[in-house]
Amino acid sequence: MADTKTVAPKEGALERSWNWLTETQIWKSVFRHNAPITDRNRVLVVLSNVFLHLHPVRIRKSGVRLRYTWCMGGLSFFLFLTLTFTGVLLMFYYRPTLEYAYTDIVGLREHVPLGIMREMHRWGAHAMVITVWLHMFRVFMTGSYKPPREFNWNVGVIMLVLTLLLSFTGYLLPWDQLAIWAITVGSNMARATPFLGYEGPGASLLALGDVQLIHAADDARFALLGGTFVGEGALLRFYVLHCVGLPLAIAVLMAVHFWRVRKDGGISGPL
Amino acid sequence: MDAIKEFFNFFADPRVFFLLTTGAFVFAVWRRDLFVKPSVGYGLQIFLVLFFGLGLLDENFRLIIGKPDNVPIVGLIFLLLFFTWYSMRQAVLNDQRIANAEPVAEKVEEDRVWVWPDLVYIELICLVLCSVVLIVWSIVLKAPLEQPANAAATPNPSKAPWYFLGLQEMLVYFDPWLAGVVLPSLIIVGLMAIPYIDTNPKGNGYYTFKERKAEITIFLFGFVVLWSSLIVLGTFLRGPNWNFFGPFEYWDIHKLEALTNVNLSEYIWLRGLGVGMPSHWLFRELPGILLVSFYVFGLPVVFARTVFKRYYEKLGPARFYVTAFLFLSMLSLPVKMLARWLFNLKYVVAIGELFFNI
Repeated sequence: MADTKTVAPKEGALERSWNWLTETQIWKSVFRHNAPITDRNRVLVVLSNVFLHLHPVRIRKSGVRLRYTWCMGGLSFFLFLTLTFTGVLLMFYYRPTLEYAYTDIVGLREHVPLGIMREMHRWGAHAMVITVWLHMFRVFMTGSYKPPREFNWNVGVIMLVLTLLLSFTGYLLPWDQLAIWAITVGSNMARATPFLGYEGPGASLLALGDVQLIHAADDARFALLGGTFVGEGALLRFYVLHCVGLPLAIAVLMAVHFWRVRKDGGISGPL
Repeated sequence: MDAIKEFFNFFADPRVFFLLTTGAFVFAVWRRDLFVKPSVGYGLQIFLVLFFGLGLLDENFRLIIGKPDNVPIVGLIFLLLFFTWYSMRQAVLNDQRIANAEPVAEKVEEDRVWVWPDLVYIELICLVLCSVVLIVWSIVLKAPLEQPANAAATPNPSKAPWYFLGLQEMLVYFDPWLAGVVLPSLIIVGLMAIPYIDTNPKGNGYYTFKERKAEITIFLFGFVVLWSSLIVLGTFLRGPNWNFFGPFEYWDIHKLEALTNVNLSEYIWLRGLGVGMPSHWLFRELPGILLVSFYVFGLPVVFARTVFKRYYEKLGPARFYVTAFLFLSMLSLPVKMLARWLFNLKYVVAIGELFFNI
């Protein structure tokens, strides 16, 4: 590095060890620049860090204001990361079968001293639903969906739906009364899908002679639950969607979302 | 004390609750100069704190508010009211600047600052605060775990997760195929259509109300009044058998509410003409089918020719008719609510034979 060191003008024990540390090969292999207190290093810190480089190097002043952003998008992302972390820990203790699902949750509650992972996961999920809604609310109120950001608004709407689906699929997993009846009430709607649900308008028109094409064991609700009621099939299906399918989908869309924020000119502001 | 509880129970009745929310919303938008005053904003928050704080002294109130999964909705009420007030406040302040030919607040601050440290430290503080809130919340409140799943014991009421309770509340007025499938799909489609049907180039990247009156009013009505207030209604004010219960009312499973809802076809053939119901469903439901067809297909044309002619010319036919369809779909809920409350109307079109009821 060509520029001069700006840290530690006087030499105490602390400064000496700091200087020694930052000169080691290990440190230098990780951090390619000095402390970000000069303009040059403020650029480098953002550009040379894969996480920070989601940001631009410089940003309009109005765009860093909490009164403009409410930080709701950032908090949604942070809550997603928290949920991923706590979720992975919960997966160590949880088996998605009728035999074990409920008892594993009881075990988690009874046998883990001071455990709050399940609480953090549940309350974090509720909080994420709220922050995502408020993020959409803020984006609408600032007109930030307007050109050139129309497509990114759409990506956001899909992620909003995925957030709700993630929360909905997770709701079943404790396999208690609260869980199965909430999912029963929610998934009963699929029964009424026009044409594709066996109690939906038009489904009875789909028939070959006397043979009904749409019935309780092949309609939209069956596809959702993997059965005609909320049972073992539904538990496994919701578990796989909750832990693998939906998180992967939303992670991909997040990448698109963040990338498009940058490509569409960074955070919105008056033209 | 009981008189005060009775007072709030009365205002929580779905009809009063919804009309009151709508009224408050209209007032907040119409007299936004008053609504955005700091005293009003803080006053509303203090009122909520007092309402929930004192309400918790009541056992029935505590039972429903204190349910662990209902706690986020209490938070949502505070946050939503705050942010509605806060965004409207910034919009009004910016509108004043525009009226005085001054640049909006966001324009004044268009200079660039360093992401490190100016943005990164804000993110760090938000992240730390969020973690603290989440951890404290998790320590104080245990995640709920009820009896093991039992397909034979249906709880009464059976409720969907809280974020879907607005949709479940719609089931009072519409059949599942509309309330649970078609209208939610239209909400998603409608949200995605917003950037393409809103051709107003103004208000991009800053808070303003005056430059986007119609857009903001419609969105706030849909999000705050319909979606969010129905969630609150469905969570806190619906008890056994999906009957209405005031916040300070005991959830009596034997509470009876007279169901005297009448279909439009019965109104016409039995009460109006007194000739008995026609046997074929097509003929029987023809008036309702015509009425719904007019609402969906005719009304947009009437709008285009009369009251919203200016919008029709500005948006062009494709955008205008998509907008009109989505707007009327959204309004179908309050329309059906009013029809229910005023005329006990059950279905406009009732073709039970095909599961086709509107």
